[in-house]
Amino acid sequence: MNTELLGSIIQIILMVVLAYPLGKYIAKVYKGEKTCFDFLAPVERWIFKICGIDPKEEMSWKSFLKALLTVNLFWFFWGMILLWTQQYLPLNPDGNAGQSSHLSFNTCISFMVNCNLQHYSGESGLTYFTQLFVIMLFQFITAATGMAALAGIFKAMAAKTTKTIGNFWDLLMKSCTRILLPLSLVVGFILILQGTPMGFDGKMQLTTLEGHEQQISQGPAAAIIPIKQLGTNGGGYFGVNSSHPLENPTYLTNMVECWAILILPMAMVFALGFYLKRKKLSYTIFGVMLFAYLVSVGINTYYEMNGNPKIAEMGIDQAAGAMEGKETRLGAAATALWSCTTTVTSNGSVNGMHDSTMPLSGMMEMLNMQINTWFGGVGVGFMNYYAFLIIAVFISGLMVGRTPEFLGKKVEAREMKIATIVALAHPFVILIGTAVACYYYVYNPAFVEAEGGWLNNPGFHGLSEMLYEYTSSSANNGSGFEGLGDNTWFWNFTTGLALIISRYLPIVGQVAIAGLLAQKKFIPESAGTLKTDTATFAVMTFSVIFIVAALSFFPALTLGPIAEYFSIYL
Amino acid sequence: MKENRSASLFPKELVIESLKQSFVKLDPRTMFRNPIMFIVEVVTFVMLIVTVWAAATGNTAQGLAGYNIVVFIVLFLTLLFANFAEAIAEARGKAQADSLRKTREETPAKRVDANGTVTTVSSSQLKKGDVFICEAGDTIPSDGEIIEGLASIDESAITGESAPVIREAGGDKSSVTGGTKVLSDQIRVMVTTQPGESFLDKMIALVEGASRKKTPNEIALTILLAGFTLVFVVVCGTLKPLADYSGTQITIAAFISLFVCLIPTTIGGLLSAIGIAGMDRALRANVITKSGKAVETAGDIDTLLLDKTGTITIGNRKATQFYPVAGVDEHSFVQACLMASLSDETPEGKSIVELGRERGIRIRDLSTSGSRMIRFTAETKCSGVDLKDGTRIRKGAFDAIRRMSEAAGNKYPEEVAGLVGKISGNGGTPLVVSQDDFIIGVIELQDIIKPGIQERFERLRKMGVKTVMVTGDNPLTAKYIAEKAGVDDFIAEAKPEDKMNYIRKEQEAGKLVAMMGDGTNDAPALAQANVGVAMNSGTQAAKEAGNMVDLDNDPTKLIEIVEIGKQLLMTRGTLTTFSIANDVAKYFAIVPALFMVAIPQLAALNVMRLHSPESAILSAVIFNAVIIPILIPLALRGVAYKPIGASALLRRNLLIYGVGGVIAPFIGIKLIDMMVSLFF
Repeated sequence: MNTELLGSIIQIILMVVLAYPLGKYIAKVYKGEKTCFDFLAPVERWIFKICGIDPKEEMSWKSFLKALLTVNLFWFFWGMILLWTQQYLPLNPDGNAGQSSHLSFNTCISFMVNCNLQHYSGESGLTYFTQLFVIMLFQFITAATGMAALAGIFKAMAAKTTKTIGNFWDLLMKSCTRILLPLSLVVGFILILQGTPMGFDGKMQLTTLEGHEQQISQGPAAAIIPIKQLGTNGGGYFGVNSSHPLENPTYLTNMVECWAILILPMAMVFALGFYLKRKKLSYTIFGVMLFAYLVSVGINTYYEMNGNPKIAEMGIDQAAGAMEGKETRLGAAATALWSCTTTVTSNGSVNGMHDSTMPLSGMMEMLNMQINTWFGGVGVGFMNYYAFLIIAVFISGLMVGRTPEFLGKKVEAREMKIATIVALAHPFVILIGTAVACYYYVYNPAFVEAEGGWLNNPGFHGLSEMLYEYTSSSANNGSGFEGLGDNTWFWNFTTGLALIISRYLPIVGQVAIAGLLAQKKFIPESAGTLKTDTATFAVMTFSVIFIVAALSFFPALTLGPIAEYFSIYL
Repeated sequence: MKENRSASLFPKELVIESLKQSFVKLDPRTMFRNPIMFIVEVVTFVMLIVTVWAAATGNTAQGLAGYNIVVFIVLFLTLLFANFAEAIAEARGKAQADSLRKTREETPAKRVDANGTVTTVSSSQLKKGDVFICEAGDTIPSDGEIIEGLASIDESAITGESAPVIREAGGDKSSVTGGTKVLSDQIRVMVTTQPGESFLDKMIALVEGASRKKTPNEIALTILLAGFTLVFVVVCGTLKPLADYSGTQITIAAFISLFVCLIPTTIGGLLSAIGIAGMDRALRANVITKSGKAVETAGDIDTLLLDKTGTITIGNRKATQFYPVAGVDEHSFVQACLMASLSDETPEGKSIVELGRERGIRIRDLSTSGSRMIRFTAETKCSGVDLKDGTRIRKGAFDAIRRMSEAAGNKYPEEVAGLVGKISGNGGTPLVVSQDDFIIGVIELQDIIKPGIQERFERLRKMGVKTVMVTGDNPLTAKYIAEKAGVDDFIAEAKPEDKMNYIRKEQEAGKLVAMMGDGTNDAPALAQANVGVAMNSGTQAAKEAGNMVDLDNDPTKLIEIVEIGKQLLMTRGTLTTFSIANDVAKYFAIVPALFMVAIPQLAALNVMRLHSPESAILSAVIFNAVIIPILIPLALRGVAYKPIGASALLRRNLLIYGVGGVIAPFIGIKLIDMMVSLFF
């Protein structure tokens, strides 16, 4: 069998197999049961004491969200100030400058919302200090924010009737210390062994084999890369992310890093089953997500490994696949797998350039983010699925002649209103953003010219680049079709806006739905109750997600990747 | 089930009236209640302006004039079809209610004035609190409560049931309905409702729309549909700059067509018709609902409280066996039983005579002349006869006879105690017989379980509805009948407050409870139950307390009501699914048509091989319009409910309306395109 494919298959098997025990462990952590990391408890208590927080206080969904939003606002100011003033701060051996106001706005927002859209390059745009105390810090706490929100939802779903959904601070802390930190240490250790730099020296001066002088950036990379992958953050230490030989030195690190992207989102689904003691429900949800993921992996692997027919026509060998924008040491299949893994989750790290992937691969990358529910970001991924689950429950409940209920709670107008807003906000932001960009491009060329022209590729692909940028921002993904010149006033601000809306609106909405449902009277199951852990309901949920989320983008995708596809293949 | 179902869904006179209403309802103030169709109206108006403007200026950038006109007409028809659906549902409901109401209009009423004189006035002049007299042959002019007298009444005008019923003052059978006919005797009736405020009037108002409120579930669905509509506003609105970027010209007609096709007009157009049809179906089952919400709630019922008598068993018990005590000859025992029952007019008494006849003992052989009948009273709990020779025969509840016998110094035989226990254990009622205070035997009375009732309960169980039998019987008897009839639980020796407590207990566990009742002492429980169905023959208090009134006084009606409620929700759900699933095909019809000219490669997306961009767009909008009238019969009749379990039902409906909803428009649009391609 083709070793490239074998590599992909092994990676997927490793994800699924290891996600199961990890899910069990996560459920234990959030339930407050005994785990092997309980020796950290004194440290946690000490931190809570300093901050004056009572981690035992039970919060209503409203105070839970208040805590979440307040701390996020605090981090925003923290990040803005550090990024602006980084040239005056220590740990800047390369003497990098501070960021412009619109760039620091974009960077700060983007890391605060767990997106990690990078309109700068890590080597020159940041210092070691900001890499550690803005980037890495945010990569831990924002991932933990999503996880804590989901843990609150778990609690709301598990309880018969409750007014409280747990303590945000406690869940946030536990997500960091009990889950993200241990896993990051393991991954970081492997990276260091494989040659990823870890230190505080400035640029390395080298003489190449050709005799040229070359400057090589380094720094505390191995500390940041693991959490970048595990926390579905994706913001690379180096500009070209995990296609950089120091960020991702070998095929082994590539496997580990790719595994690290999906392991937590997968484990969170299993954790749901263990937490609620409804394993079958988690299996059906996992099944739907895995199916969608595998379809996308299949399509991308097929197109990337088969190369570009137009280039083949020019007499250039395409036996290795479509290698433009890919690392030869990783190969087409590994890049195809990564491109799907990073887009089904809201990770956004890359090991090859998505801009150069084949049209339908690019479409699948966008579609994964436009749907944004197949595993998704840590915590928030399942929460997005949850909103669609509510819509699917509603329609199918009606179809069996009963007022819809989910896990014993009636779904009524108020929940539907929130679920509808949350589910539809995503296409709103993406389509309106892209439309505004197109409008400026067509009707205000002078403005676009002043910003550097934006597009490196005209035609269908140019549209794809703009669509991708808003899709990635709105999905809090952070990858890009990097042909787009996006470090400009327009892109920094508009995508920053998209980032804020698409992060906080869903979190607030989803926690609110769970909190509202939790307050309702519990209705015991009867023979007339619609079971939500069956294959039929799984198909129903998939169809709802596909028709609502995917079809809204059909006209836009037609003008971008689909038109491009037919231009190449017809 | 008696149904006054008209043979056709669309009687001619209703259709004509509904067609008129379809235009009247175009009034934007009316349309505003339905956000989806309101938006369609707005874009139709825009299309009209575009058509006129293009024709007036001779501008062809927006397509040919003929094409624009056709698009406008199709959009306009979409609106009319949706309005027609609502109008015909209203008209049918109204016609049904009118036919009930007509029976009671303008009948002469013999009003008793304050000074006692009787004046004949028209029924419409009767006010609440007025008293009127009805004699044999009179039609009762208004709903009311008998305050004096007893009469047999023919209620066939309302219920379709020809057997006359007895109504009398006091007790739980004191209500009379306007339009029914007094067959015998004379009654004095007090009017209980103001003219125009009867339940029927209220229901008509509900159907007519003025006071029709959206039910909670309808609101939730409307929110979802409005959300879908909004997202398609964005999808279509943002397409303009995207198309500009790609150098594609899209006409306004094409934009509007794409938009109208994508938003869920099918369910949007039929939504209110479905709700009205639900109430209408209830009315056709002779149930007056006080709100649409009650019908909807009925579909969610978890627990059903059913009175044993009349629902599970045929109203009356029948004698099935004679048990003489040791030392008493069977023949003379049966003779004694028959003599005690000869002039007993109760069904039980008659059944004893009948059973005796089967045993070969004829009534005329018995000499009862000069004997005196003793009627059953609540105090003595027994009845019987004093013969001319002084022999006293009594039959009654075992404790009553025992007391009587022991008072006379006789021993209560252990054998009898054994018999009584055995009969009760078999679900029967023992009737102990004594002669001159000596107990001579026991008659077994048995409840007769209604044929087919087990299957109905099985059906309910599959729907997930728990059935509870309420009976005054002792626990042993109750348990036996409960098991035999297949109910899930029972309340024995039930007092009115027991019902109430049971309902509360179930509701605390999060369940929805339905019950039926007629007596004033049922009123609190009827009010407490999520669905309380009062019998029309019941007291005014009961009717006020419940949220439905059953004109047939048929206790099994609850089962039908539950199904009607489920049908209502299912029809909404399946048509929503169908409507959304249709979008897949519509995308594939319109999107290639929009871009094919500017980007020829995209013709590959035209999987249906539609003739031209114009024909493709027209076919999609035409399909979108005609699917509404095609589905009106389904919306009015409701999707058939099959009690096969929720998951199986979902699978079934998903296959029919989901997969069907994806495939049907592909076929439909292609067929329409073949016709349209002759012109465009």
